[in-house]
Amino acid sequence: MTRVDQGKLLGVLVVTALSIWFLYPSFRYYTMTPAQRQAMEPAKLAQLRKKAVHLGLDLQGGLQLLLEVDKSRLSAAEAKDAVERAREIINNRIDQFGVAEPLIQIEGTDRIAVQLPGLTDRTRAIELIGKTALLEFKLVRSTDEERNLFQRLDSWLASRGAAPGGDTALAKTPLTGLMIDNSFFRKEDVPTVQKLLGTPGIDSLIPTDTQLLWSGEDEARSGMTGRTLYVLKRQPELTGGSVASAEAAVGLDQTNPGAWGVSMKMTPRGRADFARVTGTNVGRQLAIILDGVVQSAPFIRDRIPSGDASITGGSFDVNTAKDLAIVLRAGALPAPVKPIEERTVGPSLGSDSIQQGLTAGIIGTVMVVAFMAIYYQLSGLVAISALALNLLYLVAAMAYFGATLTLPGIAGIVLTVGMAVDTNVLIFERIREELRHGRSIHESVRLGYDRAFRTIFDAHSTTLISALFLFQFGTGPIKGFAVTLSIGLLANLFTAVLFTRMIYDFWLGRGKVERLSI
Amino acid sequence: MFQLLIGTDIPFMKYRRFAYVFSGALLAVTLVWFFAKGPRYSVDFTGGTMLQIRTSQAVHADRLRSALEAEGIQAELQQMTGESPNEYLLRFRTQGDPVTLVQGAIAKHLPGVTMELRANATVGPKVGSDLRQKAIMAILTSLGAILLYVGIRYEFKFALGGVAALFHDVLVTLGCLMFTGREVSLTVVAALLTIAGYSINDTIVVFDRIRERAKALRKEKHSRVMDIAVNETLSRTVITAFTVFLAALALFIWGGDVLRDFSFAMLVGVVFGTYSSVFVASAMALDIWIALDRQKGISAE
Repeated sequence: MTRVDQGKLLGVLVVTALSIWFLYPSFRYYTMTPAQRQAMEPAKLAQLRKKAVHLGLDLQGGLQLLLEVDKSRLSAAEAKDAVERAREIINNRIDQFGVAEPLIQIEGTDRIAVQLPGLTDRTRAIELIGKTALLEFKLVRSTDEERNLFQRLDSWLASRGAAPGGDTALAKTPLTGLMIDNSFFRKEDVPTVQKLLGTPGIDSLIPTDTQLLWSGEDEARSGMTGRTLYVLKRQPELTGGSVASAEAAVGLDQTNPGAWGVSMKMTPRGRADFARVTGTNVGRQLAIILDGVVQSAPFIRDRIPSGDASITGGSFDVNTAKDLAIVLRAGALPAPVKPIEERTVGPSLGSDSIQQGLTAGIIGTVMVVAFMAIYYQLSGLVAISALALNLLYLVAAMAYFGATLTLPGIAGIVLTVGMAVDTNVLIFERIREELRHGRSIHESVRLGYDRAFRTIFDAHSTTLISALFLFQFGTGPIKGFAVTLSIGLLANLFTAVLFTRMIYDFWLGRGKVERLSI
Repeated sequence: MFQLLIGTDIPFMKYRRFAYVFSGALLAVTLVWFFAKGPRYSVDFTGGTMLQIRTSQAVHADRLRSALEAEGIQAELQQMTGESPNEYLLRFRTQGDPVTLVQGAIAKHLPGVTMELRANATVGPKVGSDLRQKAIMAILTSLGAILLYVGIRYEFKFALGGVAALFHDVLVTLGCLMFTGREVSLTVVAALLTIAGYSINDTIVVFDRIRERAKALRKEKHSRVMDIAVNETLSRTVITAFTVFLAALALFIWGGDVLRDFSFAMLVGVVFGTYSSVFVASAMALDIWIALDRQKGISAE
């Protein structure tokens, strides 16, 4: 064995050993049964999962969201780090929700990409992530102030003839005429009232420090179902920033003791503010508002020094209460976010895809292997072992770099397999050609490799260059394709140039070979 | 030794005019179809929703359609073949949450039937046009890089022939996708790129032999040099194409619905990629070669 041969052998052995080392966690992780995973320490399992090859959401199932942060209503200073803050808050929420291996990244200037692998409760996750969760405590204006405002609005609307239909009673008092009780409207009248309040120019009648907001859900009053239109002081007394902790709980509402709700504890500063506000406004209503909707507006009976507050309502169940508690703890988003792209793959489809991909992969490989063995005999087996090593290196490199294997990534592997087979076919055909020209076996192998190499190098470089561009400019699936293809091409150059050549050197180096099995 | 196609001497270049007519006709049909009707783009590029659902029991497509229409969902329905008859693809547009809407419609109008969400892809119109732009950008830059590399490593005439073959293969495959009513999605774009990679690889191998032979056989006619090179690499070309075809066939038959469009494109692309290395790339390089010679006042043919 020459010094060069020893170097090659060492190179192949080291790379192969490293590959097996990098792949071992993947092997362990994916061969574990769910029961074994349950039995393992969570920290250890998380570490193992981190080292294993990541499967894309298309293979393992999960939810992928692209959110757009609406910065249009923010000042320049607020807008500056709004996306970064939003990302952090979403990160916190997902952490508390409990999803393994979430990926939350900022894309471009105003987008946040969220990937939640293996998630099954899609609706809940979207609700949790997308909720702005802006919590405000605002004082409700006194009944007199309310009445004054509505009367002013009425006469303004009446003068414009804005009343619906030909009802003469309503023509004079379009708003208060529909009112059942103090600011309470029947369910079926709510759209009409909303339309009236949307009349252009009406904003000038509402004082700038006053705001009109609806209650969130239907309630019963005077034997009718409907909603309340609250007249509020615009400036909030407290916001969600004063909330230190929030928990889902039962029995917060005395009138409905079995119902779920969220109880909140304030920060020391918030507690002082809350005590002051409640102390100076005894007898008035303090509205609790979430994302512009009044959740409830309890009367302040006394100064509340403890800083305990709660959000209740008929629609809470255990999950919605828990999720609201999570978003209140994690804080409000600095600006509303809107999902502009969603991709969900159900777990059953993901596992079907893996199953079918494996079946097809195995059958395809068996066919290719059988063909190579029949056509090139022993040399065919050399090519097959090179192919096997190639795939080993490819997947190991993906594990090492933390790359994600997706369906288009599998497509990249298919092309890699094709090119690996082609590399060997090129070399073999060249060797056969030299043999036909009457050269010795040693000479033919040497020339075959030398002459084929230039071709192989050019073919690989061209494809590699295009793969790098695809990686740079491509999105999602195209990127996944480019990653496996690039790694596969490099692995292929290595196996073709070093590994198979070395096999021939050993083969031919052991005494006189009469006939080359090729 | 088990050998195929060794020592052939087929005058490929003699037939190149037929190939031009054949490829020209294919490209013409594809381009006319492309501009007149266009391919069916998936929601990746158009925006909208594509839901894949599985119902708990067999539901006739008409019943499902009327249930959806009753809730104001105008969906294009496609029953999935293969796996189970209860699986549907729905394509539609809505402002609200698509999954909740469909779930609600089924619960309301198809009593006793529940649905399992297999997959949902909802893409906003802005994202769709972004994805389209980026896909086009990625394809064009990578094709440009190939042109540049082949232009530097080989001669201009080869680069031009190679890239022409590349466009030919990608377009013809796109045409076959259109003719069979398949959707162009991001995954299919990845397949088209695979074909581009395969096509250029195949072309380079033939070119490399032409370059080698052109040096050794200076006295021969260009077309003869090309024929010799193509014949010498013929067994390799066919064997490689055959093995890749086998792999793609396995994906097509057993790979499931998700990979079917991809493997279909691969099957078509391998056949045309092999054909074009000889009849588009080499043939065009030959004609450019002859034209360049004529400009210089040499007549080798």
